Amino acid sequence: MSIQVLMPALSPTMTEGKLAKWLKSEGDYLEPGDAIAEIETDKATMEVEAVDPGFLKQILVAEDTENVPVNTPIAIMTDTDADQPTGKQVVNEQIADETYSKNINKQENTKGSGNIVQNFGETVSQTVREALRDAMAEEMRADDMVYVMGEEVAEYEGAYKVTQGLLNEFGEKRVIDTPITEHGFAGLGVGAAFGSLRPVVEFMTFNFAMQAMDQIINSAAKTLYMSGGQMGCPIVFRGPNGAASRVGAQHSQDYTSWFAHCPGLKVVAPWSAADAKGLLKSAIRDPNPVIVLENEFLYGQTFEVPTDPNVTVPIGKAKVLKEGSDVTIVAFSIMVGKALEASEQLSNEGIEAEIIDLRTIRPLDVETIIKSVKKTNRIITVEEGWPTCGIGSEISSLVCEEAFDYLDAPVKRVAGVDVPMPYAANLEKLALPQSADIVSAAKAVCYRS
Amino acid sequence: MVKTPTVKSSKKTNAQKGRQVNKSAIISDELKKELVNYYKDMVLIRRFEEKAGQLYGMGLIGGFCHLYIGQEAVVVGMQAVINENSSVITSYRDHGHMLACGMDPKGVMAELTGRRGGYSKGKGGSMHMFSREKNFFGGHGIVAAQVPIGTGLAFAHKYKGEEAVCLTYLGDGAINQGQVYESFNMAALWSLPCVYIIENNQYGMGTAVSRAAAGETLASRGAAYGIPGLEVDGMDVLAVKEAGKKAVQHAASGKGPFILEMKTYRYRGHSMSDPAKYRTKEEVNRMRQERDPIDNVKERLIQAEVGEEELKGMDKLIRDTVSEAVEFAQKSEEPDPSELYTDVLIQV
Repeated sequence: MSIQVLMPALSPTMTEGKLAKWLKSEGDYLEPGDAIAEIETDKATMEVEAVDPGFLKQILVAEDTENVPVNTPIAIMTDTDADQPTGKQVVNEQIADETYSKNINKQENTKGSGNIVQNFGETVSQTVREALRDAMAEEMRADDMVYVMGEEVAEYEGAYKVTQGLLNEFGEKRVIDTPITEHGFAGLGVGAAFGSLRPVVEFMTFNFAMQAMDQIINSAAKTLYMSGGQMGCPIVFRGPNGAASRVGAQHSQDYTSWFAHCPGLKVVAPWSAADAKGLLKSAIRDPNPVIVLENEFLYGQTFEVPTDPNVTVPIGKAKVLKEGSDVTIVAFSIMVGKALEASEQLSNEGIEAEIIDLRTIRPLDVETIIKSVKKTNRIITVEEGWPTCGIGSEISSLVCEEAFDYLDAPVKRVAGVDVPMPYAANLEKLALPQSADIVSAAKAVCYRS
Repeated sequence: MVKTPTVKSSKKTNAQKGRQVNKSAIISDELKKELVNYYKDMVLIRRFEEKAGQLYGMGLIGGFCHLYIGQEAVVVGMQAVINENSSVITSYRDHGHMLACGMDPKGVMAELTGRRGGYSKGKGGSMHMFSREKNFFGGHGIVAAQVPIGTGLAFAHKYKGEEAVCLTYLGDGAINQGQVYESFNMAALWSLPCVYIIENNQYGMGTAVSRAAAGETLASRGAAYGIPGLEVDGMDVLAVKEAGKKAVQHAASGKGPFILEMKTYRYRGHSMSDPAKYRTKEEVNRMRQERDPIDNVKERLIQAEVGEEELKGMDKLIRDTVSEAVEFAQKSEEPDPSELYTDVLIQV
């Protein structure tokens, strides 16, 4: 009997990886637990182990092959040595299991994003992950007071590999692994910022920043005001925010509206790699506390990014990604990709949507939103977070206050479902806004069915 | 039942022997000068706080107002052992720390009255005052939040290669907060120049230490992290100074943090409205009569043949300083309404 050995996923969001090395040869006998191959992604390295005893009949993917999709058969095992090895290695072209790639929010945004960035001079194709790393590295080169701290940021190179290479370049004085102690190191960062350093504090995910909420709000955000303007706190809190994949309610939440609620903070939530880099650079240079909400799914997505280290993206400016005349769609972070996807379908149905990427949530670029509404007379908001007291609720109020007479339909919110994030794949998908939801909301405000 | 607090020290002091001061002790001119300064600094805090209490009663100060009366020796003794680059941070019982750091009593009092001449332009109040010039970093209202922040200030001192330590004050109530231990761990791990000063005034609000804190002493709370600790008679400014010197030398020499547990006592309530049911009047009176840190120094000065007249002269000058502060704090205007919107963010 033959058994297929499949390319494993090393994390819930992994879509493909590199088959780095075969540790066994065709014809070898394997006991359960024997390491047979080494798999690498930009985040991790792992050995594939034999599950059942048997012979390694055939290697299907040669070692040193990049971009092998998850669930691709990489080898065939047999339980007897009757089948002789073929002695021939082939690269399997088989596509990864359809169902699986759907579940992990396929990288639908990558395509077509190359034309989003303009007027930045020379650009290079980069993932959001690399762009964020470069932003930190460039600012660290420019200013000795900038340092990075957080759990696993140094030797492990970041739980999501965002700080890759920083320890090597800047050393342990400036790239600091902390204990698992969010409340403590957030507060320590605030103190260091009061002491004229410029800390970049990474939360492994923003779910863990809840432990540090008191220091972020009561100490970082409020002290400038309470000191009559004396105590600036130039600190960046950054890390992945929003829904992850199949990790349950405690590790899968969008905190944007929590931070956006508080005066004394700036809050950015970029979508593209260029904006991620430009906004993180602005955040590090900013004399105020800035919350940089990244997104795990976006880390691996590739965009064109300017190479000039002097290019930054101003905090507080939204971007009209796509002009349209029929309905305004306001989104941020990962939902921008969904909105773009939806706009293509809408376009096919004769509805031209104007897509606004908010980029900064606080201070909100009200002007750009209102200007667009005055043109399209219809608006829907899209966010991953819960609807109650969300960013969409805020935008809805602002539009009512400032452009009520221009509205031809009530504002509609597309948001995460008002429940803790479920684990089951089907429920998780139902809990999150999909592009179909955006399409139907846009049609609703256009009174189209 | 509330247990009568006892004040122990690692070292026998005059204060522990009651009011008796060794008459045969010869006080050098240098020590005499030092004691005069301590006396003046402590009396300034005492008179200032008494006045703040009065202004509160008159409705000129609002909100919370935590007086430092009784604890003066702690901050005055510690301030004597740090250099000018060093930083100081504490919680909300902070007026004494600000005065000891050399902040202007006028600015402190005007902040208490919520006027534009206050250190925070009237926007901070009793618990939130700062002075970058004097390296005083607040004034923090959330119990123990100042502990990680002080640890971060120490981190910045070390990062910048400064010859400085951070004095991080916390109360016996704060010592049970989790973030204190998160800070101890990091400070010890990274050998940060931080001195943690636990002002054990015997009650966290109305809860006696014995009812809130397990274990023998608070000084030993850093033992798991290898942080040395000392119990100190916080009613004796010289004992404070002696222990402080040791702690600061330790922290500044790269050996990492140090913990000082100052056994002290507050005469007034936790804040202005205090039920005073958790301890007896007799207990408070006994502490005032037998252990008062100012009387302690005053007696030493009298021994050193500083005349009553001279002391009265000092007292008079201090009363004048406090009166001027009160006058300023009353005359200074309320902040302009436009100030409501300023200082939320630094404009870029």
